[in-house]
Amino acid sequence: MTGRLELQDLTVRYGDTVAVDRVTATLEGGRIHGLLGRNGSGKTSLLSAVAAFRRPDGGQVLLDGEPVFENPAAVRRMCLIRGAGDTVVHDWPGDRVRHALDLAARLRPHWDRDHADRLVERFALRRTARLSELSRGQRSALGVVLGLASRAPVTILDESYIGLDAPSRYAFYDELLADHSAHPRTILLATHLIEEVAALFETVTIIDRGRLLLQGSADDLRARGAAVTGPAEAVADLTDGMRVLASKQLGPTRSDTVFGELTTEQITRARRAGLQLDPVPLQDLFVHLTDPATATEQPVSEGSLR
Amino acid sequence: MFDDRRPIYRQIAERIRAEVLSGSLGEDEQVMSTTQYATHFRINPATAAKAFAELVDEGVLYKRRGVGMFVAPGARETLRAHRRARFVAEVLDPMIDEADAIGLDPAHLVERIHERMGDPADPRAAAGSVAGSVADGREEAR
Repeated sequence: MTGRLELQDLTVRYGDTVAVDRVTATLEGGRIHGLLGRNGSGKTSLLSAVAAFRRPDGGQVLLDGEPVFENPAAVRRMCLIRGAGDTVVHDWPGDRVRHALDLAARLRPHWDRDHADRLVERFALRRTARLSELSRGQRSALGVVLGLASRAPVTILDESYIGLDAPSRYAFYDELLADHSAHPRTILLATHLIEEVAALFETVTIIDRGRLLLQGSADDLRARGAAVTGPAEAVADLTDGMRVLASKQLGPTRSDTVFGELTTEQITRARRAGLQLDPVPLQDLFVHLTDPATATEQPVSEGSLR
Repeated sequence: MFDDRRPIYRQIAERIRAEVLSGSLGEDEQVMSTTQYATHFRINPATAAKAFAELVDEGVLYKRRGVGMFVAPGARETLRAHRRARFVAEVLDPMIDEADAIGLDPAHLVERIHERMGDPADPRAAAGSVAGSVADGREEAR
């Protein structure tokens, strides 16, 4: 009962379009994982297959070793909230917040009513409000309540909290961490807004154009990018042969963003040459790695200064 | 809170070291739990745990099973010794390079150090008369 997810060669197609392309990755149980990707990178398609909303067109998803598709036992242990909670039967004129909560209470075997009540209050949701009349922020809040109160061993939030305003997002982070420490389970958050949530993740999985770009511990990833700044020639000399994600030049000063750890020898050389070495924030690394102009497996050549 | 540039666990470890060095965390005093750290700073609990593990390895913290993490006896002195060892290479040498680059007179630097830290050869400074020695320094500088 750990909530470990394994994606094996997972593929999702829409006609000729390959939305998820042979993604293989493992998400350990009981942790908070981040799934990062640009809009249209395949996050939602991937998560729909993970939560068994749809049959994979190739490969499979295992929850604690069991395939999830058409597996009622596995599906009961998972809760995927897409966007602002589209798992409720919404847009029926009569449906109200309390109906959505009642539906979740019936469908979710681990549903925690008290917790749901607390969260409804914290996010100032009105139970009698019509779903069709909720603002974007309120819909997001409802999605978050449905996800957290589900207490599902695998809880997946697909950009659910993105419509929340800043105070509500902070409340969500606090609730998520407190809830996770009291009831450890696997939590997967998909997002394209990274700066604010990066510290919540234990691992980060980045997909781009349907493919797995990289997966690793969030902290290790932070240590893998570096910005090298200084006299153009000295910078070029140091970063020669490295994977340069971006390069900018202002007068005689050049700044290269490299991906990959600098060796002790390189660091010493950089210091001696008077070069400045700075770490790269996770969000910047993500931006560079998923930039179509630079996101190649090959090191970017010297000539492609932009 | 954290700068999102360096690994967060290193920043947490550095923060705890600073608290031990300053004495605001005393020896045998309990450190906040992983969960408290996580919820307080809005970070993943595993990140806080990693920082604690690093500090246990360094002998700064020790674990009491079922109770929590505590500051190790002698931790402050260990950290001070470690900082002293790194001081010349990481603080003093870059400072001297900078002073040299902007054309400062070495004698001025030495004077300033004596003003701030006390000159063992100067009985007033040794007695802790910082104000007096600063005034003297200004006189001489003119």
